[in-house]
Amino acid sequence: MKNARAFLLLLCGLTLAAPAFAAPDDSQIDRGHKVYDKWCFPCHGTGVGKPGTASLAARGQKPAVLEERTDLTAPTIKTFVRHGVLFMPTFRKTEISDADLDAIAAYLTRNNKP
Amino acid sequence: MRVPPGVSPGDFAAALKRFEEAVGKEWVFTSDEDIDTYRDSYSPFWHENEEPIPSAAVAPDGVEQVQKIARIANTYKIPLWTISTGKNLGYGGSAPLLGGSVVLDLKRMNRILEVNDKNHYALVEPGVSYFDLYHYVQEKGLNVWIDPPDPGWGSLVGNALERGGGYTPMRDHFDAHCGMEVVLANGEVVRTGMGALPNSKTWQQYKYGFGPYVDGIFSQSNLGIVTKMGFWLYPPPEAYLSGNVVVSKHDDLFALVEIFANLMNSGMVQATTTVVSPLAFARPDAELAAARASGSTRDLEQYAARKNIGYWSVSLPFYGPAKVVAAQWEHAKEKFSVILGVKFQDGASYRFPLDADQLAKITNPVPFGVPSLQTFSIGGPRSQGHMWFSPIIPMTGEAVLEAQEVFAQVYRDLGSSNSASAAFPVWNFFARAFVIIYFFPIEHDVEKNKRNREIFRRLVKTSAERGWGEYRTHTAFMGDIMDAYSFNNHALLRLHETMKDALDPNGILSPGKNGIWPKGLRKAKA
Amino acid sequence: MRLPPGVSSKDFSGALKEFGEAVGKQWVFSSEEDTDLYRDPYSPFWHEDEEPIPSAAVAPNSVEEVQKVVRIANTYKIPLWTVSTGKNLGYGGAAPLLGGSVVLDLKRMDRILEVNDKNHYALVEPGVSYFDLYRYIQEKGLKVWIDPADPGWGSLIGNALDRGGGRTPMRDHFAAACGMEVVLPNGELVRTGMGALPGSKTWQQYKYGFGPYVDGMFSQSSLGVITKMGFWLFPEPELYLTGSVTVPKHDDLIPMIATLAYLMNSGIVTGTTSVTSPLNFARPGSELAALRAKPGGPSTQELEQYAEKNNVGYWSVDLPFYGPAKVVAAQWEHAKERYSAIPGAKFRDGVSRRFPLESSEPQPFPYSVAVGIPDLSVFGVGAARSEGHVWFSPIIPMTGEAVLEAQQVFTQAYVEAGLAMGPMFFLGPASNYPRCFLVLFGFPIEHDIEKNRKNRESFKRIVRVAAEHGWGEYRTHTAFMEAVSDTYSFNNHALRRFHETVKDAVDPNGILSPGKCGIWPKHMRKATA
Repeated sequence: MKNARAFLLLLCGLTLAAPAFAAPDDSQIDRGHKVYDKWCFPCHGTGVGKPGTASLAARGQKPAVLEERTDLTAPTIKTFVRHGVLFMPTFRKTEISDADLDAIAAYLTRNNKP
Repeated sequence: MRVPPGVSPGDFAAALKRFEEAVGKEWVFTSDEDIDTYRDSYSPFWHENEEPIPSAAVAPDGVEQVQKIARIANTYKIPLWTISTGKNLGYGGSAPLLGGSVVLDLKRMNRILEVNDKNHYALVEPGVSYFDLYHYVQEKGLNVWIDPPDPGWGSLVGNALERGGGYTPMRDHFDAHCGMEVVLANGEVVRTGMGALPNSKTWQQYKYGFGPYVDGIFSQSNLGIVTKMGFWLYPPPEAYLSGNVVVSKHDDLFALVEIFANLMNSGMVQATTTVVSPLAFARPDAELAAARASGSTRDLEQYAARKNIGYWSVSLPFYGPAKVVAAQWEHAKEKFSVILGVKFQDGASYRFPLDADQLAKITNPVPFGVPSLQTFSIGGPRSQGHMWFSPIIPMTGEAVLEAQEVFAQVYRDLGSSNSASAAFPVWNFFARAFVIIYFFPIEHDVEKNKRNREIFRRLVKTSAERGWGEYRTHTAFMGDIMDAYSFNNHALLRLHETMKDALDPNGILSPGKNGIWPKGLRKAKA
Repeated sequence: MRLPPGVSSKDFSGALKEFGEAVGKQWVFSSEEDTDLYRDPYSPFWHEDEEPIPSAAVAPNSVEEVQKVVRIANTYKIPLWTVSTGKNLGYGGAAPLLGGSVVLDLKRMDRILEVNDKNHYALVEPGVSYFDLYRYIQEKGLKVWIDPADPGWGSLIGNALDRGGGRTPMRDHFAAACGMEVVLPNGELVRTGMGALPGSKTWQQYKYGFGPYVDGMFSQSSLGVITKMGFWLFPEPELYLTGSVTVPKHDDLIPMIATLAYLMNSGIVTGTTSVTSPLNFARPGSELAALRAKPGGPSTQELEQYAEKNNVGYWSVDLPFYGPAKVVAAQWEHAKERYSAIPGAKFRDGVSRRFPLESSEPQPFPYSVAVGIPDLSVFGVGAARSEGHVWFSPIIPMTGEAVLEAQQVFTQAYVEAGLAMGPMFFLGPASNYPRCFLVLFGFPIEHDIEKNRKNRESFKRIVRVAAEHGWGEYRTHTAFMEAVSDTYSFNNHALRRFHETVKDAVDPNGILSPGKCGIWPKHMRKATA
């Protein structure tokens, strides 16, 4: 799985030849995954008792689980984390540092189509 | 006439006169004959000049009278030493720490204000003893147990404030309290917890109220005079069952205590018991004496095996519905079965309520919520009194062994004849630690008492070096023990002093209690 | 730049500079973008000028840094508002009570210093969340349970200091605390209980130490900054079992709760439960909904008939049992015997879980929290479109009479306030604390100034109504601390005056959390009187 993702990224890189943006590397995505598990999963994960997922589902968002989405952008993610929405509160830099937030964004946008 | 330190005879006479106006002439005691009844019956300073003797005693009968006394004491800077019933013999009785203090005797305030047997609580004044409350509950036929400490004549309020312990599931007496009424040093009345809400419906049902939870700073303290206090009571259980666990090897203690801690912390065992070595209490014969003298663990193990008495044992008390206590004992047996050679014996078993015949056959009824004075037989029929050395140690086998060894060494070092048989019994009066309750004889012999005081102080020091502190102590040693709680240059004591100076600027309440002195007297001590 | 009240911009800059030297420049936040993160996401003052917004935040990473910050604050008279993780949403979040305070954010101090599974305790720093401690225990395979608050991201220390409650036998979080380390307002470090004894072996095993037991003074308080705290943990039990009891008649509530009080006060039921009425939960369009919508409301008799016909019971309670399988079975048997005294009482076995769980997949609220697994599912209890909430949380006696009275009084108060509440109680009167009921009512927060204003007035009014009936709140949102404190007024506010005396002595410059729980430092006191 990890290798496959690396391969895909590599492929993207080759196809685009000279990417206009620095594609996040695997270690950044891994770090993002860890931070996501700690800070986002308890509300936005799969399974019962996940109010963030439930709230998105109730508002017709498909898929409702953030990890499954391919339409999120780094600025959107950062806006929600730093400003909150509805009953989702803001997250401070002592909780999720700017670097960790970059990593979360890398993780949640890993499957986005370029 | 004795006068309080730093008070002129003229001022003292004026203060006494005003005390009389406040409480009635007959309730201010100043004659030697009367004052002598407030001396510590078990004073470790017997016949010595150092014995702190009060200058007078004053006995109010209501909150308003207590307020008046506090205000008068402020006017004349009279040190008051507050007692509820003054019966905590072994920890100082009714005598003050500072000689010349006026004893503020609350025994006349002995009203039982409420006992509720649906929500299981009582609200009482400081003069109410365990006997008083027990008789009241019996007479009214109420469905509650009380939790007495060993001496039944003690005050519920006083014992809880000194953080004493009992035997039933409500055994941590401070923890079982809920709500206080306190007269502050300035004479102001405060109610704590939900009592701060006028006409509160839950003063005895929720402890904390709103904002800082202050009750703890009135325990082992000299910041206020507690005039009412609520207590949670235990609904009478259906049954009691005790199960005895006996293990055969010295090193089995580690597993024994570890499993015991698990049962306690799981709420399977909720009452007081003690881990003992039957070898310490066996009638000594030549064989045992030889085994002890050899210091060989193996000899002792073999002796224990031959006599079939076990090396260590613990008796587990269970309270509750008959089928629940049976299941708890079954579960405990399963747990202890991992220890090779463990043996189990069913102990006493009762159904409640006990009838008079059953009760008469029980030597010590305290674990069944019935107050008694049986504990005073502890020093034998010729005892002249005692005091207690009571350090808290971890609930582990390692700590128990270390404590036995370290304290026995103190005795050997000081050449005491007690050393050979010095067994330091460990108890679980409090939730998650052991407390050693070690008996010190008091004698009418100046030299012996001096010696015992020296041993006591050495034990306190040795204890502190090992990271163990005492939970409570006799007035004679309060300064020594507070000295041991010295983290960061006595930061906690200095916090207490800051609060003391703010709340009691004239230092009238119980100077020196638990090592806390008012500003004026602090230097003299340092 | 926002300033703390009464502090010049020069002094404030000086303080921020020194804070930066103490904790590292990157851990002092003063841009609006950063300080906005410390605003209350569920502020009842949303979009109003009254919203208390911090002037800055400072995030130390050690005790020594906390001491330095506190000393600097004394020099410049800077009000500090301490938060552990700042996650007590519904009670104020990370925002200060006094606008312009500097938030002292302890989240970076998140070390788990010790977990002992022989004597069952933990020693942690304030930034440690229930999630953190749970993961640590899982990773190390330790045989202890934690007792999470409903929101798992909260701080063990913060929640215990605010006297929050959980659901397992260790549910009274302040009661489960054992030993503190505190930085006093003068920067001095104190350890309480046995921690005052250098090299103590029982700091987390015996609470009281020697002399006055001070720990309670630091709860719901502004007298110190807690930098370490011990907690008693529960040994992992063999089984969790719930047994459901329903009774058919309205008046059965009285013996039902009397029996519950007996079971709880006897130590037979040791977890959190709540008494509810199945009749409170009507699906839209159902027969029950129609019955409830009747003009003037349904009669008790009609409701009893409905309950009987549909076999749902008038009242119900789920009893939680924790322990060895044979013990919990015996406890449930005993409870059934006791409840059988109520004619028509019915029993049903509920959840049964053996530990360790084979999979730790959380159960729906509240079962996950009830077995020591932290989650965030409580936030799903409100509507999916909720914009937040604050809690109204009075303590009432554990009697049927009190529950009926409270239901009537609060319904009336809500109706008068024009609030639609659906089911009266959040979960019904709950036993998060021994020997009493906690009632939680959610007050909606909206992004609507007029509605919030009205709700605030209603909140204060209901606080007064509760006090008139002898019921007080156990905790409240910063916006209502003054109002609640005002009701604890015995003898002309003697207890608050006592707090003030201690506050002035321990914190003469009034730098710590001004206004917390109604306690103001001397120089701010008149302004609020």
